[in-house]
Amino acid sequence: MATATMSPPQRRLNRREDVLTGFAFVLPQLVGSLLFVIGPLVAVVWYSLHDWNVLANSFTYSGADNYERLASDPGFHDAMRASGIFSAGLVLLNVSLALALAVMLNQRLPGTATFRAFFFSPVVVSLVAWTIVWGFLLQADGGINGFLSQLGVDGPNWLREGPTAMLSVIVVQVFKNVGLNMVLFLAALQGVPKEVREAATMDGASPWRSFWSVTVPLISGTILLVSILTVVGSLQVFAQIAVLTQGGPGTSTTVIVYYLYQQAFQFQEFGYASAVSVVLFVIVAILTFVQWQTRKRWVFHEV
Amino acid sequence: MKHRTLVGVAGITAAALTLTACGGGDDDGDSTSDGPAALRMTVWTADEAQLALFQEIADAYVAEHPDTVSEIGFETLPFEDYTTGITTQIAGGNPPDLAWIFESSAPEFVASGALLDLRPVLEETDGYDVDDLEPDALRLWESDGGLYAYPFSNSPFGVFVNTDQLTAAGQPLPADLIASGEWTWDRAAEIAAATAQAGGKAGLVVRDFDFALWENLGTIWSSFGAQPWSADGSTCEFTSPEMIDALTWIHDQIFTTGAMPGPGTTADFFAGDAAMTVTQISRASALDESFGWDLVPLPDGPAGHVNVIGQAGIGVFADGPNAEVAADFLAYFTSPENAERLAAYFPPPRTSLLTAQTLQGANAKLTAEQLQAVVIDGIPGAVTKPAHANFAQLQQAVRAELDALWTADADVTAVAESVCAAADPLLGG
Repeated sequence: MATATMSPPQRRLNRREDVLTGFAFVLPQLVGSLLFVIGPLVAVVWYSLHDWNVLANSFTYSGADNYERLASDPGFHDAMRASGIFSAGLVLLNVSLALALAVMLNQRLPGTATFRAFFFSPVVVSLVAWTIVWGFLLQADGGINGFLSQLGVDGPNWLREGPTAMLSVIVVQVFKNVGLNMVLFLAALQGVPKEVREAATMDGASPWRSFWSVTVPLISGTILLVSILTVVGSLQVFAQIAVLTQGGPGTSTTVIVYYLYQQAFQFQEFGYASAVSVVLFVIVAILTFVQWQTRKRWVFHEV
Repeated sequence: MKHRTLVGVAGITAAALTLTACGGGDDDGDSTSDGPAALRMTVWTADEAQLALFQEIADAYVAEHPDTVSEIGFETLPFEDYTTGITTQIAGGNPPDLAWIFESSAPEFVASGALLDLRPVLEETDGYDVDDLEPDALRLWESDGGLYAYPFSNSPFGVFVNTDQLTAAGQPLPADLIASGEWTWDRAAEIAAATAQAGGKAGLVVRDFDFALWENLGTIWSSFGAQPWSADGSTCEFTSPEMIDALTWIHDQIFTTGAMPGPGTTADFFAGDAAMTVTQISRASALDESFGWDLVPLPDGPAGHVNVIGQAGIGVFADGPNAEVAADFLAYFTSPENAERLAAYFPPPRTSLLTAQTLQGANAKLTAEQLQAVVIDGIPGAVTKPAHANFAQLQQAVRAELDALWTADADVTAVAESVCAAADPLLGG
């Protein structure tokens, strides 16, 4: 009723105040993102169009030169491949292990709460501290090979041999973050109505069949979310590589972000490194978009 | 309404951009050369005694020049990422006034034009005595008659020996082998292998190599007559017969005789974990009384005896607002008197100071004989570790290819060829 007594100019004034108040609330966040997210993002695109030599203090426009160089740079292609292997390995191991753990810890058994805390604890540990400890364990004469030799197994030099170096980096990352995904899956599993599974059992479905045909479709939204988060996170891996392998042996673990770091901070090719990061940004954006678009095809219901 | 929202967003964007611009402007405001300047020198040492000595010299300079300098600070950047650290500071618009520079990056820094020519300042400084500087030591830091950094440290590589471990293993001591002319890499490796075998610790460790910083292997391959690239830096020489011999020898010591520890094994000589280590004399400060030790020159190789030195320079950034003041401080920091004090840790490039007597006055841990044999006799005609105008990329490219060498069944010639295939595009350019 109150609005009915207001004249149109008054109403406009009130709405204008609302808008201003709204802006005042979002202003800190907006300024923050403009300064520290959007600004640098635009700057990186701008840098990528330049040849920037820090030592010689030269900054010259070079058009698409950096992008053309990317297309024919074997180092960049190797880095793309390494990132692809890392992402594929990580998603496969992480999602399946997280789901398996969640299913096991979803049982009403004594001690599950302790195990949940146990598997989640690495998530809250500092990434670099976690990685350094694993670095010691994975040394040629480190803890893992010490344990293996007790069993009479002669372990490989984990971080120094091509295939095991990549595997080690993936496994270290899986153990670090599997707890987080496990918690997401646990939450999803607990949202699956018991009646539906009971109905499947009464219809004669085996536990395996009931898991694949009833549970998995009902948590497919979470599987999608977890997969997207894991893929995007895996493309940004850096600290583990820097601490454990420095991109070696050879270039087998030189993933895209580590390659970018080398170009910018070791070789002082800031323009070229900017081009690499723009390409990485586009790849991540496309992957997210594609996964999101295809959700209707394989996600049972919208979350 | 929609229109007004857009106007609002645009306004805030404009405000934010103005703020950013102001932020940029403020940075410049800090670095005007009005009034006494605050100078900053980046270094890679974190040794408290060394930093205290620098600060003492710097404070004395500030006391003498209160009109031009308000304070001088020394900023330690981590050794492994040192050059990355400086270039990041430069890229961020906050370069140091003075910086230590690795010899491996010397050509890159000298050629870049980033450094100030120090020769005029040094020549004009009273009592500096530029002619006393050893020409061999300056060569790496010169270009077209200009001197772009002062090589304050000319530290020869030698071999530190844990005499307790050798004696316990019944091995001869290197000092005796030198006397009888038998101090060769082969003998050193035999002793290292036998000592490692007997004591269960590591044998011969090339310090800081760690299967990544391969340039430190130059201490070995130089006396095989090998070098990674030609003197003009244009041709890869990893495939030369001398280099193949040297790499084969190193590979054998790691994977056949066990004289050198394998990849992924950490062994610190100064903690008593190894029989011998190849490193610079400045590391003597890490020794204590916990075991008996000796310092001897590098062993002879197939090409005879070759001295190898590691250099470090101090440069002044030409674009800095305080470049002239910084150069004047550098002349003070490295004057004959202060160079003698710095000689405690860093053998200076001054011929008049390179006497066992001067060095011993500054370095109590080493005997006059050790200093004479390793330092005084080790500097003239010495080769420096590999350096190149494109070193950062070469280091990485060669490291990546050499990784294939560090397995027991590696094919040395094939690896050498792949090293050159990777290095060639980066050389000569």
